[in-house]
Amino acid sequence: MKDFIQVLTRDLKVALRRWSELCNPLIFFLIVASLFPLAISPEASDLKRVGTGVLWISALLSSLLALDGLFRDDAEDGSMEQLILSPVPLTIVITAKMLAHWLITGLPLVVIAPVVALSYYMPLDTLTTLILALVLATPTLSVLGAIGAALTVGLRRGGPIVGLLVLPLTGPVLIFGTRATDLAVQGESAAGPLYLLGALLALAIALGPLATSAAIRVSLE
Amino acid sequence: MYLRWFHKLSSPPYFYRLASILSPWLSGLSIALIAAGTYGGLVLAPPDYLQGDGFRMIYVHVPSAYLGMMAYVVMAMAAAVGFIWRIKLAHAVAVSAAPLGASFTLLGLVTGAIWGKPMWGTFWQWSDARLVFFLMLFFLYMGYLALRGVTEDRDKADRLSAVLAVVGVINIPIIHYSVEWWTTLHQGPTITRLDGPSITMDMLVPLLVMIAGFSFFFVWLLFVRLRGEILVREQKSRWAQELMQRSRV
Amino acid sequence: MMEFLRMGGYGAYVWSAYGITLMVLIINIWWTYRFYKKSREALGGILGNFSKHQPTVRKIS
Repeated sequence: MKDFIQVLTRDLKVALRRWSELCNPLIFFLIVASLFPLAISPEASDLKRVGTGVLWISALLSSLLALDGLFRDDAEDGSMEQLILSPVPLTIVITAKMLAHWLITGLPLVVIAPVVALSYYMPLDTLTTLILALVLATPTLSVLGAIGAALTVGLRRGGPIVGLLVLPLTGPVLIFGTRATDLAVQGESAAGPLYLLGALLALAIALGPLATSAAIRVSLE
Repeated sequence: MYLRWFHKLSSPPYFYRLASILSPWLSGLSIALIAAGTYGGLVLAPPDYLQGDGFRMIYVHVPSAYLGMMAYVVMAMAAAVGFIWRIKLAHAVAVSAAPLGASFTLLGLVTGAIWGKPMWGTFWQWSDARLVFFLMLFFLYMGYLALRGVTEDRDKADRLSAVLAVVGVINIPIIHYSVEWWTTLHQGPTITRLDGPSITMDMLVPLLVMIAGFSFFFVWLLFVRLRGEILVREQKSRWAQELMQRSRV
Repeated sequence: MMEFLRMGGYGAYVWSAYGITLMVLIINIWWTYRFYKKSREALGGILGNFSKHQPTVRKIS
């Protein structure tokens, strides 16, 4: 547990030092979300219909953006190898790094998404569901992304293909997340998809670190 | 006893020889079965009472879709075995299954689209769970092949892509159920194709023959590709070089 | 014969589905055998270049 917190605080400190990199996913999210009205139509009725989809796609894409740096910096300066060799189980280290990644990229998204949702004319009382769904879904995205990042960290030309590896796996998260917000917009209970998002998150937390640490070990041999 | 057999099977020279012996038989068997199935499907089977002769597309669509999925399971299982027990041959099996599986998944999608046009009036339907599921399956294959494509070291590529294949296979049921759930909520049950008792024996037999033919086809080409893989991977070993020298004389 | 080709009005669909399937089967065969041949040739090339100079081959497991 102590090691967990140590890795976590270290990663957060490093991230906070690089303020501009920290902002990138957030700004990317805002840009993508504001391009949709230009691409589709500025009509309120149209935007209301596509709003949830836009939010989820933008969240998905911006969560990909910060993945490249997740392990690469540590791998290049050799600190990742030390973490592998240290007596601390690698899965703990990986889980801490995933949590740090989520706090840096996922959490700001959860905070700013309601603002974007309001600009898409989504009713006020759906925002709690939206936030809840994002809180459950974005960590799963971080875990899936971490697997992709771990698979490509040792490759010179690996960066651009992370999306190709990760995006097909994110289908279920997208489906349930969109479904939850959709149900809320229609004024129905969104409990079902929210539970399923929770189940996906539990599965991701249980198995994700194993897959990620296996991939990291192979990547850095 | 079985363990020893398994151990022997996982030795590349033994497997190479076994595959060389089996390949011609497999090719003959698969071509004969596919030819028989095609004849049965196009000529012998009676027209469907709902879809007329249009239903005959089932004999190419279902076997290719089935093979696309089977190949993924074979690939992921081989990858897992290779990763856990570090068996080189298992990795070679996984690599060899991937392009075959991807091409049959794509074929399943294309034949499905061609079938969908006259039956549903559209080539593609987002509200059909199986279509979306197969599209995702195809993307999983593409991700696997892309990862292998950019990894230069073969040993690394083997084990990294094995992790991806296993993660993908865990996701397959999740994707399957989520897609089904998503689509059934949007729309009532899709058009029934060949449900329950409406399929008669003379319709079913060619389908089973066809599925068997496609399966043998897969194993045949898997073995041929494997022989190539084994030669590339074992090019420094004595048996492979001796084999080549003998074949030149 | 024409009746058979028409497939009860579904001719275009049925025959294109079967045609594409046949094409995919043949392409797969072609690819696979080309891959096999290439890996044989690659190995033959290595032997052709080095076998004279390296009479003793290191044995791996």
